[in-house]
Amino acid sequence: MATYIARRLIAMPLLLLGVITLAFLLSHFTNADPLTSIVGERQMHNETVVAAAKARWGLDQPLPKQYVIYVKNLLSGDFGTSFRTKQPVAQDLLKRLPATLELVIAAMLVGSITGITLGVVAANFRDRAADHFARLFALLGASIPVFWSGLILLYIFSVSLGWLPGPGRLDPRSEAPPFITGMNTIDALIAGDFAKFGDALAHLALPALALGWTVTGIVSRMVRGSMLDVLGQEYILAARAKGAGRLRVLLNHALRNAILPTLTILGFSFAYLITGAILTETIFSWPGIGSYAVEAARGLDQPAIIGVTIVGGAAFLLTNLVTDLAYLAVDPRVKLGSRKAA
Amino acid sequence: MSISSHSLPTMRLPQWATAPVMLGGFIVIAWAVIALTIHWWAPYDPTMLAGRRFSPPDATNWLGTDALGRDVFSRTLYGVRQSLPIALVVIVCSVTIGTTLGAIAGYVGGVFDEIIMRFVDVTLSFPPILLAMAVTASLGPGLENAAIAMVVVWWPIYARLMRAQVLAVREREHVEAAVASGAGPVRILLKHILPLCWSPIIVNATMDFGQIVLLTASLSFIGLGAVPPTPEWGQMISEGALQFYRWWIAAGPGMAILSIVLGFNFLGDGLRDILDPRSQ
Repeated sequence: MATYIARRLIAMPLLLLGVITLAFLLSHFTNADPLTSIVGERQMHNETVVAAAKARWGLDQPLPKQYVIYVKNLLSGDFGTSFRTKQPVAQDLLKRLPATLELVIAAMLVGSITGITLGVVAANFRDRAADHFARLFALLGASIPVFWSGLILLYIFSVSLGWLPGPGRLDPRSEAPPFITGMNTIDALIAGDFAKFGDALAHLALPALALGWTVTGIVSRMVRGSMLDVLGQEYILAARAKGAGRLRVLLNHALRNAILPTLTILGFSFAYLITGAILTETIFSWPGIGSYAVEAARGLDQPAIIGVTIVGGAAFLLTNLVTDLAYLAVDPRVKLGSRKAA
Repeated sequence: MSISSHSLPTMRLPQWATAPVMLGGFIVIAWAVIALTIHWWAPYDPTMLAGRRFSPPDATNWLGTDALGRDVFSRTLYGVRQSLPIALVVIVCSVTIGTTLGAIAGYVGGVFDEIIMRFVDVTLSFPPILLAMAVTASLGPGLENAAIAMVVVWWPIYARLMRAQVLAVREREHVEAAVASGAGPVRILLKHILPLCWSPIIVNATMDFGQIVLLTASLSFIGLGAVPPTPEWGQMISEGALQFYRWWIAAGPGMAILSIVLGFNFLGDGLRDILDPRSQ
């Protein structure tokens, strides 16, 4: 076990280096001129700026040396300058991170609550109508393009019923709460402004529902499976024989043991949430990293898109590592190294 | 009851023909037929004016018209001519590259194996859509470049799968027997190992078909894939997103993507049961 953890921890920086290397290759062997991507087109005539950039990024050096400098700059947090915003990419990303975190956390809550509920219902009514319905609902969520389910939700709850606001994070006439975490719902609560909290929550609801639905299936399938395992065990029978009610057995005795393996699946679902966040944020005009990536890709903003890719890859690697280690901690019976091959 | 079912044994469907498999097969075949024959029976030309702008669904335009007065129903049906061929090309290329490299890596081992598999590890470290976006943006927008990007993102999955298969089959006794009887390494790999490796590849490729259709639409939705006025589902939904209170513009392509993803999922599930009954 210790060697497995050590191996994973050693592999981590190597994989990260691989991610950076791939990004370097992408930004150096394409149509874009790396120099323009650092200083921006408007500054290309400014000789001092160009010379400074060349020196900083070593663009007059041979390729291997450029690579070393590139890695060094990235590790010190310098991702170059965005074409469109004219700001350092790292700064742009930091500014947009809280919105994405807020959305992804909310979506994860939606996904786990709906997933666990459906999973428990499906296990309790195994092979009956409720089971089939729960599985169909989960399958639909995993198959429907999130950029269309978002539109449907907007049409139903915002246009037709008028219950929830349209795209955006807050009412356009109101200002964001004082910056603490950057997540509007939490910041509004901290400031004690409940009207603003309600507004932020109402804006968050639809994108979180659309995005959360995509991972409902992953969670519910896992919960259903482990609930069925647990429900077949003898202590459940014992609890029932002692006279515990059906619901009490289901929630207190079975779910509590079935939920542990499910917790680790949340890390796994992170991949889906990143993918989904890119598209969901675009539909809901949500100013996070996902919509930043789309704007960058649409504007062929090379440094920005490479920056997002590296950050996304790093985040992905990190969650995978945490998930695998959590899996080990939760279930000591797991066979080491066998899960990846599956 | 029992007598009548007993007297008609030929009417019984084979065991693998469950409702989902039949449904999935029907959806996929229906879309393939549409792709091949749509130019004979489409109600309207997908790029021409077919009525007023933004008219809601009615008897003449079944799914209404879009911002340029084009028929959404016809455009949806024509859209399959983008999605299916691209998915086919991407899957075939990814499977070819991935299984070839994966099989050699698994069989030869050593440095070649290390290099290939570390490259696979790095590629699979990215969320697929993000890497596909970055590659497409580097190559320049367009469906062809999007297809190249998707192959770059997707082949490592098959390389990993194939390598694992080869490693497992290599240890079996019949391979040992072939080695003992003096067969060369190429012959052993091609004749004795590979024929036993294909089931999971075929199942995965079938399911990935739907995922590639979804990814193509996503890239087009972002603006990196199809260029207007090409009728492409992701592109059409992004036009619908600008007018989200006119629900019908995105409804056709949305349903189309959903049905095709579900269809390939059902089909892949069924194929798994047929090809590998033990994995149930």
